[in-house]
Amino acid sequence: MHVEVRGLNKKFGNFQAVQDVNFSIDKGQLIGLLGPSGGGKTSILRMLAGLESVDEGHIYFHGKRVNDLPPQERGIGFVFQNYALFKHMMVTENIAFGLEVKKWPKAKIRERVAELVELTGLTGFEKRYPHQLSGGQRQRVAFARALAPEPQLLLLDEPFAAIDAKIRQELRSWLRDMIDRLGITSIFVTHDQDEAIEVADEIMIINQGRLEQKGTPWDIYKNPETPFVAGFIGESTIIEDIGSLRGFETARIWPDTKALIRPEYVEIGQAREFTALSATELGRVGHLHFRGSEWLVEVEVAGSRLVTYRSLEKEVLHPGDFVHVLVHRAYLFNDNDSWIMENNLKEDPMPVHI
Amino acid sequence: MSSMLQGRWWSWGFRSAVMIYFMVLIVLPILGIYGQSLSAGWSAFIDNITEPLAWKAVFLTVKLAIIAAVINILVGTMSAWVLIRYRFPGRRLLNSLVDLPFALPTAVAGLMILLLLGPQSFVGEWADKFGFAILFHEPAIVIAMIFVTFPFVIRAVQPLLEEMDSSEEEAAYTLGATKARTFLRVIMPGMLPGIASGAMLAFSRALAEFGAVVLVAGNIPGKTLIASVYIFGEIESDNAAGATAVSVLLLTFSFIILWLVNYVQMRRKGV
Repeated sequence: MHVEVRGLNKKFGNFQAVQDVNFSIDKGQLIGLLGPSGGGKTSILRMLAGLESVDEGHIYFHGKRVNDLPPQERGIGFVFQNYALFKHMMVTENIAFGLEVKKWPKAKIRERVAELVELTGLTGFEKRYPHQLSGGQRQRVAFARALAPEPQLLLLDEPFAAIDAKIRQELRSWLRDMIDRLGITSIFVTHDQDEAIEVADEIMIINQGRLEQKGTPWDIYKNPETPFVAGFIGESTIIEDIGSLRGFETARIWPDTKALIRPEYVEIGQAREFTALSATELGRVGHLHFRGSEWLVEVEVAGSRLVTYRSLEKEVLHPGDFVHVLVHRAYLFNDNDSWIMENNLKEDPMPVHI
Repeated sequence: MSSMLQGRWWSWGFRSAVMIYFMVLIVLPILGIYGQSLSAGWSAFIDNITEPLAWKAVFLTVKLAIIAAVINILVGTMSAWVLIRYRFPGRRLLNSLVDLPFALPTAVAGLMILLLLGPQSFVGEWADKFGFAILFHEPAIVIAMIFVTFPFVIRAVQPLLEEMDSSEEEAAYTLGATKARTFLRVIMPGMLPGIASGAMLAFSRALAEFGAVVLVAGNIPGKTLIASVYIFGEIESDNAAGATAVSVLLLTFSFIILWLVNYVQMRRKGV
């Protein structure tokens, strides 16, 4: 289903939960609403579902305004954060609930329930009650229940928040496959950027009730449009005085401008590891953190503390070592603007050909 | 202190003290009544039970207690719903007033009803005009029973409603269910164990009520004489065997209900 939202606003008392949000979602896409807790993601989702009233703005499904439709008539499936399974009903009864409401014939209901039990890998658990299931199984029952009446739009509120890390990983890829296979437009809320990046076709970053940026995960990582997005996606360090770093001296012409540098923008090593040595400067290694698959290295350069990764295959560094540091690029921002600046010594301005 | 309490002797001592207390205070008197009622043999027991005034009193009590329990189910469930789901000024006061019938001496409750429904009162006059008789008739007994058992259903349903997760309701809505269907299929099953155990406790308490009822019932043998008042009367007229026979009947009823309540609660925990 094609979803369009125009000028959406929502207030809870004096608190502006959602502020002037606009977006449109194409049919069949899987969208992640990503942002810090209390940022308004869930409010947006609940307004789409009709569980929360809209203060201002319009919601269109298939070009038809649905603001005044109750949740019963919106043709959506909703998966709640705590699953919200009907406690006194068995797995099959839970899944069949929406079909009984729609007065499907009994035989068809049985068929559809069996199909969903199979699809969600719940075979053998049909007669169990929710409290007899594990978190992951409950999640899948909730998913099957929401999908049973063949909704046009699937809304998922923090679907994996209550599941432990290992199973969460499995469920994520399972969900991704499932949604691909069914081709159903889906929107899910999460505060976990890894989850959004891994699962979603497109991410919408929501902060303080505003939509900061919408785009593919790669787009958002590569070209963050606001300082908030730049800081929220990936790891990063904020540098107050970017002009003091080698290769960025020209940044001094913009007063009150700060820089955000990601670990992957920074390279460290001995002199022989660099081709453009002139673009590097000396730094001193601070703490080293073992990250399981790499080192996270803190390095002190020109009064600023940068963070970077270093492969385990390379020479081991020790705290206090002096190393060459190359900063490839920085994300600069001030109150009015933000842009990406490349290290201008990396490209030799006057290459000498021999 | 706690290590002392965990000592084997202490634990044994405490357990025994509780056991003895329980035996002396509850089990022995009950066994005594059963024993007493059968002391003159089965046939005497049957005679005492089949005495028309006795079984009429028991039958009347059971009938009125059932009516009171049914009214309690309806009004109590509604009250619990209103107290939990609605926000209005005076809600807290109302909520704390619910327990009043437990705190009040039942004789005072009886007196209140007597004054409220008496012939001089507005209600009494009004009922008289329309040809009803409330006081000293069955309606007054039912009112007294309801008054003293009012908190049971409310207090049993309230925690269930409070625990209930609003997202279960919302899930039903997103699946297309109307409010009525959601109430019947999702909310009601959640309240049912509370309603059932509350109603059974209310019923068993209503069976046993004396203080409030004796003042308003009129106590006409065979008409408005309920079991507990009958027992009192039998003791007054020195017929202990008649009193114990009816007592045994009431006791047995209470045991069955207590067992049912436990069964319902166990099942609730199991599910």
